[in-house]
Amino acid sequence: MKRVITVNVINQSGVLNRVTGLLMKRQFNIESITVGHTEQPNISKMTLVVNIEDDVKLEQLIKQLSKQIDVLKVNDITDKAIVLRELALVKVVSPPNLRLEMNAIVEPFRPQIVDTSKNVVTYQVIGHPDKIDAFIELVRPYGIKELTRTGVTATVREVQQNFYDQPTLSLLK
Amino acid sequence: MTANASTNAKIDATPAEMQKIENKPKNGAEILIQALQEQGVDIVFGYPGGAVLHLYDAMYKNPIRHILTRHEQGAIHAAEGYARVLNKPGVVIATSGPGATNLVTGITDAMIDSIPLVIFTGQVATNVIGSDAFQEADIIGITTPITKHNYQVQDVNDIPRIVKEAFHIANTGRKGPVLIDLPKNISNAIFDESKANVPDEVYLPGYQPTYKPNYLQIQKAIQAISEAKKPVVLVGAGVLFANASEELVEFVEKYKLPVVTTLLGLGSIPGNHELNYGMGGMHGAVVANNAITESDLIINIGSRFDDRLTGDTSRFAPKAKIIHIDIDPAEIGKNIRTDIPIVADAKEALKSLLKNDFKAPDTAGWIDYLNNMRTEYPYWYVEDEKEMLPQQVIEMIHTITNGDAIVTTDVGQHQMWTAQYYLQNHSHQWVTSGGLGTMGFGFPAAIGAQFAKPDKKVISIVGDAGFQMTAQELALLKEFNLPVKVIIINNAALGMVRQWQELFYESRYSQSLMPVQPDFVKLAEAYGLKGYCIRNMDEAEKILTEAINSDEPVVVDCRVKQLENVYPMVPSGKALHEMVGVKRI
Repeated sequence: MKRVITVNVINQSGVLNRVTGLLMKRQFNIESITVGHTEQPNISKMTLVVNIEDDVKLEQLIKQLSKQIDVLKVNDITDKAIVLRELALVKVVSPPNLRLEMNAIVEPFRPQIVDTSKNVVTYQVIGHPDKIDAFIELVRPYGIKELTRTGVTATVREVQQNFYDQPTLSLLK
Repeated sequence: MTANASTNAKIDATPAEMQKIENKPKNGAEILIQALQEQGVDIVFGYPGGAVLHLYDAMYKNPIRHILTRHEQGAIHAAEGYARVLNKPGVVIATSGPGATNLVTGITDAMIDSIPLVIFTGQVATNVIGSDAFQEADIIGITTPITKHNYQVQDVNDIPRIVKEAFHIANTGRKGPVLIDLPKNISNAIFDESKANVPDEVYLPGYQPTYKPNYLQIQKAIQAISEAKKPVVLVGAGVLFANASEELVEFVEKYKLPVVTTLLGLGSIPGNHELNYGMGGMHGAVVANNAITESDLIINIGSRFDDRLTGDTSRFAPKAKIIHIDIDPAEIGKNIRTDIPIVADAKEALKSLLKNDFKAPDTAGWIDYLNNMRTEYPYWYVEDEKEMLPQQVIEMIHTITNGDAIVTTDVGQHQMWTAQYYLQNHSHQWVTSGGLGTMGFGFPAAIGAQFAKPDKKVISIVGDAGFQMTAQELALLKEFNLPVKVIIINNAALGMVRQWQELFYESRYSQSLMPVQPDFVKLAEAYGLKGYCIRNMDEAEKILTEAINSDEPVVVDCRVKQLENVYPMVPSGKALHEMVGVKRI
């Protein structure tokens, strides 16, 4: 199962290495990882998307991450109401005679054209990773020249519905 | 013991000159030595080199006892032995590059066995880090997965804070090694006290170990214990780290609870205590493993359910409810399902269990059953007319020392036999490499243990192969006149490897025999030490008594039967009750 996990860390050299090394050592497969500053100075937030076999492994991952001295907080936000976003830059072959057609087809995804040249257009598309997958499949037949994705970042929505029905992970069963 | 003359050199200076020296601004190295002294460090184990020259110069001027080993691995294992015996951090210093990488085995060993260490490595100057400079190694990268935490000092004014934090991290919560990497220019930079930010109390927001147990969880545990018919207390090293042996014994005596220990938990309850059913696991006692399998309640205090203890985890304690008390929440539920998790320090947990008076379970029948089984299935061996058996040697060491000596071992057959036959009277007299299973650990660890307890008898029981991995430290026995007794269980083989090859690879002894061994007596003599060789039991009693009771360091080469196996045994992948070799044939 895919889980979205956020990790708040003290922003020190080596902390990213510590987190990714730990995941590698314990045989967790990282699908994507993003890191950036938060509203607090010296604290960074990582958003991990990880493929995990079962709840026992998930509990281990959270506990092992929490154990690191520079890790302040670990949250599995998968089952919460969240906003999940990723950005992709997609360079697509787009000769002038096809360009209007392409722009019409991609329109529902609301991409921005951030660079163009004679035969190539670069789209910037933002959204849920599924949306980006769909966008990529859509333009693939035209010929993707280059593709780059940022990985997922996420935030928990202010209003949570059915908060108490959420499956939670706790030592105190 | 005579201290190294050079490290004890005092500065020959007048008071006025001393005043001048004291007012002189200090560099990073001097501040570091001062920070060590503030932590109460009175001995460090290490090996100098280019990147730590400033540090060693500071030590020359401001003496702190430094033990120069003959290899960095010797230094770190000695520090581990020291830390185990005193239950406080051992301190290690090595230079950059090869000095640092030579520590890696010991750091990993300390990590997996939760031994508190503070390790200082030199590093090349900050302006050349990353340029593949002479003797540069990325020791922070290398040790990130094998340390509890590590630091690279970037600013000389951070040194006092970092040292303080390192000792705090190493010696609290689940203990472990902390490494501080010190670039050469930082150790020579001038320290400015006004810019140093040293808190009175260490506060690390991401590190708040839980010591006190949760009240409700304790109540649940109490109820489960009261209702149990066949309870077993499984004791690991956590009890020793928490100095909770007294509470443990009081608790199990009060409620008549049978105890099984792990390899590293040995000594937490006296070896001959009537409620101690011995070590469980791969080469544990039949009664101990059966107690676990038959039990309806396992109370695990400070053990991490290591695979050598559990055997097949899916069939571990199939009938039991499991209470797991551990200071590290990540250990709970990692290997074995847990019904009542309690995150706490072993001492605090035992104290709160003792504070509540509750109905004792009726364990009389269960204890009778276990007592019968203990009598029926003792550890056994078959005497050999011609050859001396390793078990006999260890039994004899036990008799001579009355179970009071500090015993250190490597890993393998001799380690298992020592665990089986050397019943310990006290806590913190057992120093062995458990989780990592490090050959070459036992002898240097004995050196550290002897420095920690100069008045105690320290016996290092090692294999012939493991001893040769760190034998160069014999020089220290001579140099410091350390009365360590090195007992080599010499079967001219890698005993445990050979045993597995005999049992599971149809006796194809691939690279496990060592037909050519040094003359260990001459080796001892080469270092100016007394050496003995024992070939049969007739010689053994006299020589071992003389050797062990002497005040000098000795090396005893015990030529034992090569093809002896450690039994009983839970074969790899089997459950605890599927032991082989349970009875004398």
